[in-house]
Amino acid sequence: MAEKQPTPKEMLDRIDYQPPHVDWMETPLDIRKGMYCYAANPKSVATLGLPNARPWNPLDADWKLPENWQQIIHEGFKERLERFRSVKVFMDICVRCGACADKCHYFIGTGDPKNMPVLRAELLRSVYRNDFTRLGKLLGKANGARPLTLDVLKEWWYYLFQCSECRRCSLFCPYGIDTAEITIFGRELLNLVGLNIDWIATPVSNCYMNGNHLGIQPHAFKDMLDFFVDDIEEKTGVKVAPKYMKKGADILFITPSGDVFADPGTYTAMGYMMLFHYLEEKYGLDVTWSTYASEGGNFGFFTSHETMKRLNAKMYAEAKRLGVKWILGGECGHMWRVINQYMDTMNGPADFLDVPVNPITGTRFESARSTKMVHITEFTADLIRNGKLDLDPARNDHLKVTYHDSCNPSRGMGLFEEPRYVINNVCKHFYEMPANTIREQTFCCGSGAGLNAGENMELRLSGGLPRANAVKHVHEKYGVNMLACVCAIDRAALPTLMDYWVPEVQVTGVHELVANALNLPGQAERTTNLRGEDLEELKAQAEGETDEG
Amino acid sequence: MAEALISLIQKKRATIVSKWFDSTVQAYPHDTAVFLKSQKDQFANPVGSSTRQGIETLMDQLVGEMAPDAIKAGLDPIMRIRAVQSLSPARATTFIFALKQILRELFRKELQEADMARQFFDLEARIDRFALDGFDIYMGCRERVLDLKANEMRNRTFRAFKRAGLVAEGTDNEPKE
Ligand code: SF4
Ligand code: SF4
Repeated sequence: MAEKQPTPKEMLDRIDYQPPHVDWMETPLDIRKGMYCYAANPKSVATLGLPNARPWNPLDADWKLPENWQQIIHEGFKERLERFRSVKVFMDICVRCGACADKCHYFIGTGDPKNMPVLRAELLRSVYRNDFTRLGKLLGKANGARPLTLDVLKEWWYYLFQCSECRRCSLFCPYGIDTAEITIFGRELLNLVGLNIDWIATPVSNCYMNGNHLGIQPHAFKDMLDFFVDDIEEKTGVKVAPKYMKKGADILFITPSGDVFADPGTYTAMGYMMLFHYLEEKYGLDVTWSTYASEGGNFGFFTSHETMKRLNAKMYAEAKRLGVKWILGGECGHMWRVINQYMDTMNGPADFLDVPVNPITGTRFESARSTKMVHITEFTADLIRNGKLDLDPARNDHLKVTYHDSCNPSRGMGLFEEPRYVINNVCKHFYEMPANTIREQTFCCGSGAGLNAGENMELRLSGGLPRANAVKHVHEKYGVNMLACVCAIDRAALPTLMDYWVPEVQVTGVHELVANALNLPGQAERTTNLRGEDLEELKAQAEGETDEG
Repeated sequence: MAEALISLIQKKRATIVSKWFDSTVQAYPHDTAVFLKSQKDQFANPVGSSTRQGIETLMDQLVGEMAPDAIKAGLDPIMRIRAVQSLSPARATTFIFALKQILRELFRKELQEADMARQFFDLEARIDRFALDGFDIYMGCRERVLDLKANEMRNRTFRAFKRAGLVAEGTDNEPKE
């Protein structure tokens, strides 16, 4: 034999394969590539008027903080404890029972204990005890308290940007502590000293200046929709005619810009346009798009309450300017959390709008009585329920569909049945993922809350593992080949996640499925779907797979 | 073939699997290892359950056919997870070598016989095969991650814009596959 191989014992000795068992506070911070997003571009920070715009690198020792950063954070903490009762309560009442510990997809996927929700919150709580409680001041570490050092601050930044604010953990806490709220609060503090990430700051700045996260200007927005018009005509023989900023329209439609500018969301955007055209032809529905309110998403939500409010304001402002009756919202995730949780009190009340009523069915959307904004799956479900759509689900026959509950519409607004009802009416083959991975207990895509950058791919892929694992299960068990969702971040993030874990499964928005099934008045023979794939071929392929299986 | 040793291993299979699994999850911090061992629901604990399943498959092959596809099926889920968990290739594959140590300790007495020792030598070659395949899979996964990192965003938005004819033909910004 050639060179002698090291014995296993030698190998094991050489590799420190068993990390030492130490208290979490003693575990030094190890900032790893692939787990964090790049620091914010100072230009974007400056555009937004946020503090301490400068280039900095998380891997450098010097984060170029303002000299009095400790004081800034302390005062910011104090101010918010007074302002947000929830934060104060969440700081005080955790009994460290651990019920939330193993419920976070980032902990489950990365295996890093500091991604246990209880420890994520302890990062801030330990400083709270030190700065704001008598016992903490007195007993220090024995009481789980520690002063805010530079290392602690860095740890905040690293782990608060490894939380997608998905709220899954809060479901399991006997006290209802919402770690997502703690992360939101913590990120707001970090922003006070200029610790942001570019994947959030630049979209926010774009949105502030141009109306949407990608910074696409109004004419390009319209160009894109015009292209969809041509594309729809090519595939269906029907020319749809979207309206822009029509004063006095009945309904203003707002969706995340991802639907307009990124695949496969683009097919969902085409789906909305076909649905509106159908409803206009048949029932005279009057819907308008806006290139001003061209973004439903709100990355301001991931920055601070103030920034969220600024970006959200244009929805009501545009509705008011156009004089519409109510607002219809597209398939987005966090947009709905902002609408349901904050918009009404932040930029409302929108007294100038009507309680939404579906003009075609007469259904009054009580759930939107206050916000005046209806989710498109609620709207479409209502149309289907009342027999108002002409559907041919056979065009989706080659699909075996499962549904991912996006964190925000599910846990943030309780939207469970409507998307499923719609899917079941436009597709014949629908399969649920296991119960502890859907509905309230759904697992995050791994890329929420502004974490869907490229550079933190390892975080996204490991954090998305629990979701992907459940998809893999239904793929193997039932042959599922399509993952439906109602969120633009999902449509951007899940294809990549699938690519890595279950490459046989593709991703779609619900209204792409609707549009493929919807018969338009005067349509030509529909030989392809919206993606331009030949329906006969897809069907033959699917049948072949079933035969073999 | 190492028949005598194989039948010994088969008799103690449950013990070996459990020891091997325990040592495999030692790659993680203490609290994580405890969770990986104790949570039995495969959807609540995909890392633990994929690891356990992978180990079972590898055990089948160790004492069986050494079928390349089956070995890959056993290793892939474990290495695919480790490739995105910031584990170095060495730390990610150490668990494979640990099997040698486990077997050696378990059969210390038996291995003193010359024939058994020879059989063990064959078996070690099989374990080395696992390790080499493991490295390959790990590296393949890393390449995939880097590829996704580099091309994801450009692919999705660029494609949409290009379809819409909003990008001039022949630009050199086109993402490489
Ligand atoms: S909110 Fe979601 S990402 Fe954040 S700690 Fe809880 S489970 Fe984890
Ligand atoms: S479940 Fe609630 S009380 Fe228990 S550790 Fe988690 S946050 Fe604290």
